[in-house]
Amino acid sequence: MELLVKNGFVYDPINGVDGERMDIAIKDRKIVEKVNEHKARKIDASGMIVMPGGVDIHCHIAGSEVNAGRLLRPEDHFRDFERKTSITRSGVGYSIPSTFTTGYRYARMGYTTIMNPSMPPLEAKHTHEELSDTPIVDKASYPLLGDWWFVLEYLKDDKIEECARHVAWMISSTRGYAIKIVNPGGLEAWGFGHNVNSLDDQVPCFGITPREIIRGLCKVNRLLNLPHTIHVHTNNLGKPGNYQTTIKTMQCVEDLADGKPAIHITHCQFSAFKGDSWATLESGAEEIANYVNVHSHVTMDMGQVAFTDTTTMTADGPFQYTLYELSGNKWVNHDVETETSAGIVPFRYRRKSYVHAMQWSIGLELALLIKDPWKIFLTTDHPNGGPFTAYPKIIAWLMSRKARNATLKQINSRARSRSLLPSIDRELNFYEIAIMTRAGQAKALGLKNKGHLGVGADADIAIYNVNPEETDPSKKYKRVRKAFKRAAYTIKGGKIVAKDGEILRHMEGDTMWLDVRVSEPIKISEDMKRRFRDYWTVEYENYPVGEDYLAISNPIAVRANV
Amino acid sequence: MVKLYPCKEFRFPIVAECINPEVFRGKTSKEIEMLKVWEGNKQRKLSELFKIEMADGDAENIVIQGDLSKVRKIGAGMKSGEITIHGNVGLHLGEEMQDGKITVYGDVGGWVGSMMEGGTIEIHGNASDYLGAPYRGCSEGMHGGKIIVHGNVGNEAGAHMRKGIIKIYGNAGQFAGLRMRDGTIYIQKDAEARIGACMKGGKIVVGGFLESVLPTFTIEGVREKVKIEEGETAAGPFYLFLGDIVEHGEGKLYILKDKNPHLRVYEKFL
Repeated sequence: MELLVKNGFVYDPINGVDGERMDIAIKDRKIVEKVNEHKARKIDASGMIVMPGGVDIHCHIAGSEVNAGRLLRPEDHFRDFERKTSITRSGVGYSIPSTFTTGYRYARMGYTTIMNPSMPPLEAKHTHEELSDTPIVDKASYPLLGDWWFVLEYLKDDKIEECARHVAWMISSTRGYAIKIVNPGGLEAWGFGHNVNSLDDQVPCFGITPREIIRGLCKVNRLLNLPHTIHVHTNNLGKPGNYQTTIKTMQCVEDLADGKPAIHITHCQFSAFKGDSWATLESGAEEIANYVNVHSHVTMDMGQVAFTDTTTMTADGPFQYTLYELSGNKWVNHDVETETSAGIVPFRYRRKSYVHAMQWSIGLELALLIKDPWKIFLTTDHPNGGPFTAYPKIIAWLMSRKARNATLKQINSRARSRSLLPSIDRELNFYEIAIMTRAGQAKALGLKNKGHLGVGADADIAIYNVNPEETDPSKKYKRVRKAFKRAAYTIKGGKIVAKDGEILRHMEGDTMWLDVRVSEPIKISEDMKRRFRDYWTVEYENYPVGEDYLAISNPIAVRANV
Repeated sequence: MVKLYPCKEFRFPIVAECINPEVFRGKTSKEIEMLKVWEGNKQRKLSELFKIEMADGDAENIVIQGDLSKVRKIGAGMKSGEITIHGNVGLHLGEEMQDGKITVYGDVGGWVGSMMEGGTIEIHGNASDYLGAPYRGCSEGMHGGKIIVHGNVGNEAGAHMRKGIIKIYGNAGQFAGLRMRDGTIYIQKDAEARIGACMKGGKIVVGGFLESVLPTFTIEGVREKVKIEEGETAAGPFYLFLGDIVEHGEGKLYILKDKNPHLRVYEKFL
């Protein structure tokens, strides 16, 4: 099938296209040089913005943790439900939508690739079952490896190459995409009711420090040639004064970078608190931005807070326990055998709360103070800072000082006086938004066919009904917000899946995973099998996820250096 | 006045949020007949299920006669007007109502007055479980208004209550006032166990027999009378318990002394 998107204002940062009027030709699933203009179906995009399909680097959309959240929160769903249509299935929202609704809602906003960032390897099967049920969008998952016993043991003995072979086996057999590290060492300590408070604390029973874990896995990542860097949720997340830990975390891999990105700090807003206590909380965004502005080895995402009722869920069990103590809300906490932990607490971010208002401010400060949009991406850490449906709102805040001021007026007055936002004049343009919401994310993830509109790229395209020549986003931010909320067209794999916010076609998206090829694969020793038998509820033989688990499997071959 | 009569004996659950003075107001009888309701998984017109008589132009007053025990959400979210029902009613009657009055001469199902914010619901019969309690999982209970039940109620009456008053002239089931924060629950007759579990504030008054008080309540004293609402007091003496300590709560639990001689053991702690 041939498709021609005509006359749109194209924003394609990877190929350096900044709002030029062009046609985009599509044949089958790919973007091509040109198509037969008479035969092809034409989409008139004149007066509209054409961007690559959105890419979300970090959103919790599937897996046992998300599902436990759904079970925990029936009250989250009953006001926000979607009836089935002849095309779509029924489902519920709000902060933890059901799988089908997740896919539809992303597609409506013009997103076509999303990354599920925390998959305990033991729960990989469950995660992939849910991902297979998330329609339209392409997706992938990051297995949690920062507190995995075998990794800790290898790193303790400084056996980087063996560790790399083990990680290669883990990533391929859980069908994962990148190395996710959550509160390194802290989750293992949480199994004993403790936490780690700095990069140089000892992890109980292992005699290893968070610094060694991060450095070790960073080296492993390099040896394996993985497309994404290590994906790090820092120690001390959500604690006042933690911006120093964040800077130290970035510093600790500085020498391993050799010019390329080496670390991704995820939902950085939660790791950018200054002050000694909640009462004296301040923004550490400036310090972090100053560091990131002069170093090239870091990428990060915002983890922006939107004022709404949401559900927090991370693999960071000790942090979730703290959050439960703060909120007194119902909660779930879980220790995933030898691998990781997890916690869930429903949470409402209120404008009038000093801490919540500061968090809102910190997220935007980070995005605006970091000069290079290729280094910071737009996320809410869905659903931790707010559901992904808040992205249009955040785009408006980033593009318009007027929008920020309108919200600033409504927030806690002490937070307003301490916020750096009134002193920041920067307003992003559509080109920078395209970087922060798709191109930059695709580049950081090493997705070669996503996030751009060059010849050979996947034909994932979002068209938004806003005219950049007529609409000044800084003044008419509501118009922009509305446009990004419901894409005029979403094209996925060369097919029109959504038009004006209506889903036109139900289709399955790919599940991407890394087929890491090492020269000498890890030997599954009898000792390892014995340990599976002793310590896991699942035997080794049942552990790997078969490829038949994925609805549409899309392996990406990676040749490792070991 | 608008009068409604069920056309048949309903077999499937019916969701009829539209039976509401708010919706009826300003509509002609033709328009009211065309209102949509769900019967099971089928959408129907109101006139397919009910015979509708419009006595005069006033739609503020709705009278329903017949068995409505399969009909849900009558008067949900209503802001004014009056609904009178002669017969039994199903779930979620007056859910999230803000003002107005609902009177039922019959029994009602669960979640009556769920999450209501104002207005009055009076039931001349029995009520089932979750009277005035919020939707499952939700911690925002009744925010105001008044529910009066002349018969008995089921379990978890007034759960998560934040404001308002529930008066029960019969017996109450288990867990009355579960996790309540504020407001008043008055039970004229007996109450079953675990009353006030996890309450943080508010007041529960029991005028009948209560088998036991949760061990996480402490006795505070004996009070001669207790105020139920403006202009109404219950004569005692009452034992006053405070709790639930598990939640650092300061809720007040009044239990009539005369009907509960077995609670005399607490007096030695005074």
